[in-house]
Amino acid sequence: MIVTGVIFYLFILLSGTGGEMCVSRAMKSIGEVTDFRPRSIARAIGRAMKVPWMWIGIALMALGFFSLMGLLSMANVSFVYPASALSYVVGAIGGKFFLGETVSKERWAGVLLVTLGVLLVVVGRG
Amino acid sequence: MSPSRVLRLKTYALICAMLIFGPLGDVLLGKAMKKVSPMRGWAPASILRFFVRAFSSPTVWLGIGSLTLFFVAYVLVLSWADYSYVQPASALSYGLVALLAVIALNEKITLVRWSGVLLICLGVIAVGQTAPRTTEPR
Repeated sequence: MIVTGVIFYLFILLSGTGGEMCVSRAMKSIGEVTDFRPRSIARAIGRAMKVPWMWIGIALMALGFFSLMGLLSMANVSFVYPASALSYVVGAIGGKFFLGETVSKERWAGVLLVTLGVLLVVVGRG
Repeated sequence: MSPSRVLRLKTYALICAMLIFGPLGDVLLGKAMKKVSPMRGWAPASILRFFVRAFSSPTVWLGIGSLTLFFVAYVLVLSWADYSYVQPASALSYGLVALLAVIALNEKITLVRWSGVLLICLGVIAVGQTAPRTTEPR
């Protein structure tokens, strides 16, 4: 039971965050969306669907989502959701190395605060 | 309005949509999954049985609908804003999920856990002070 939960948890962290980074990469490659009429939004999404990174991202995110459902059947949402925020560390590292973003000291500090908060949430079980 | 101000407002508006539909979807999902008994082992049959049971719940579909709206807003904002900016900015949803879980699902949250949520929000504010884009448009 615990092993199943831990496997779900790792999939939420790695597969979910990895998928989001692939989607981010795909969206950057189609360029900034400047027009918010429904038709333009649909066209932007249609363009994104032609980028392979988008599909890899969606597949990975789906895997992360199914794992979230699995873990939610075992534990409260007020525990599972904050616990999954350890993905912030994965996200900052991935943003830097996979997407070439500049993660400034201030941004690292914010990510660190978020992570400390997550740890308190995990430790503070009822 | 200066272009950088427009960019900021646009970013905030979509992050607001993310903050409404994300937590709502997650709490609906949590509510639905409480009634589904956990998966027993990793045999294909038990995985299949688990998801058939989960997806036959209407509340799961409401949650998925809400998360889909979240995802559309998210994907749009990622077309210009950095991932490492948007991801922590969306962390305010941790406070909202906690609040909804207490109000709608009667979950108990300890003082230590609430202080964790507060730290997350402070981290979010720190990240919000940084520039939304650090990469050059390709």
